[in-house]
Amino acid sequence: MNPRDVGREDPDRLFIVTGGRADTDGPVLDLVSLIVGGGAAPPGTPSEQAGVLARCRDFPVSVAELSAHLDLPVSVVKIVLRDLAREGRVTVRPPVSAPPRDQLPDLETLRQVLVGLHDL
Amino acid sequence: MTSDRNDVPLRSTARDALKIVIVGGFGVGKTTMVGAVSEIRPLSTEEIMTRAGVGIDDPSAVADKNATTVAFDFGRITLNDEKVLYLFGAPGQQRFWFLWDQLFGGSLGAVVLVDTRRLADSFYAIDRLEHHGTPFIVAVNRFPGPAPDAPPARAAPSLARVRAALDLPPGVPLVECDARLRPSCKSVLIDLVQHLTSLHFPETTP
Repeated sequence: MNPRDVGREDPDRLFIVTGGRADTDGPVLDLVSLIVGGGAAPPGTPSEQAGVLARCRDFPVSVAELSAHLDLPVSVVKIVLRDLAREGRVTVRPPVSAPPRDQLPDLETLRQVLVGLHDL
Repeated sequence: MTSDRNDVPLRSTARDALKIVIVGGFGVGKTTMVGAVSEIRPLSTEEIMTRAGVGIDDPSAVADKNATTVAFDFGRITLNDEKVLYLFGAPGQQRFWFLWDQLFGGSLGAVVLVDTRRLADSFYAIDRLEHHGTPFIVAVNRFPGPAPDAPPARAAPSLARVRAALDLPPGVPLVECDARLRPSCKSVLIDLVQHLTSLHFPETTP
């Protein structure tokens, strides 16, 4: 909610991270797709890729959390993740119970959410 | 922004994340509500908004030096070994429309958080949710009451008056909450999930 100028903060960082690409090949990524890494980043790995790999090496991490922890916009994190996924260095656990557009969540999912909320 | 509390990891078995969106005007208490129920301190992330309003999945916007970013907050609740629920606080104003598909796509549903002193802030969000067919409930955040010497006209309006002012369809639940309190926010989320469940059985929906 606080629009600010990306360029003023760090002029070329986002361009460098993305290579200026409009590249959307690779897995479909949701804000809550869970990312699982496969190991440590080898030497020479670009810092943003290394940051992602370090964050998801031991536990799954959502795209939104990676964005927050790495202080990168969501769409930039997605580009980094697509690169890593294509290289087989991360796997994506998609939100399989998310309802398709114009459909309600299924009853079993709702039941599990209700149980989880009651246990809060 | 990073702290030890924020580093509480997901379970290694987590594989099925869900979303609920809490939408409302500036200062209505979205982040407060997220923080009240989240197992991590609310995190803030951002997305790029260009002046041209380019869609968020067009990464060429990234190279636009005129791009600005919009921050939004979120938290999470582990439901069981596999499922985790993310709560996103979404700004309700029209200029943030570009975020909406990303936030609402695949979400279970939404909570429209309302401040009765600024009901008009909710009109656009409610209109868009109805238009998109995203199921939602409305929760009135009851801020601490008016000062003892406040004139009667300033007293908080009843739920019936809020419903009328928002022109809410009868099937949309309207509840009260205190966004600062965990049990109250938990109750709102349960109300939403029960509403979603009831929509599976339209013949019994009031």
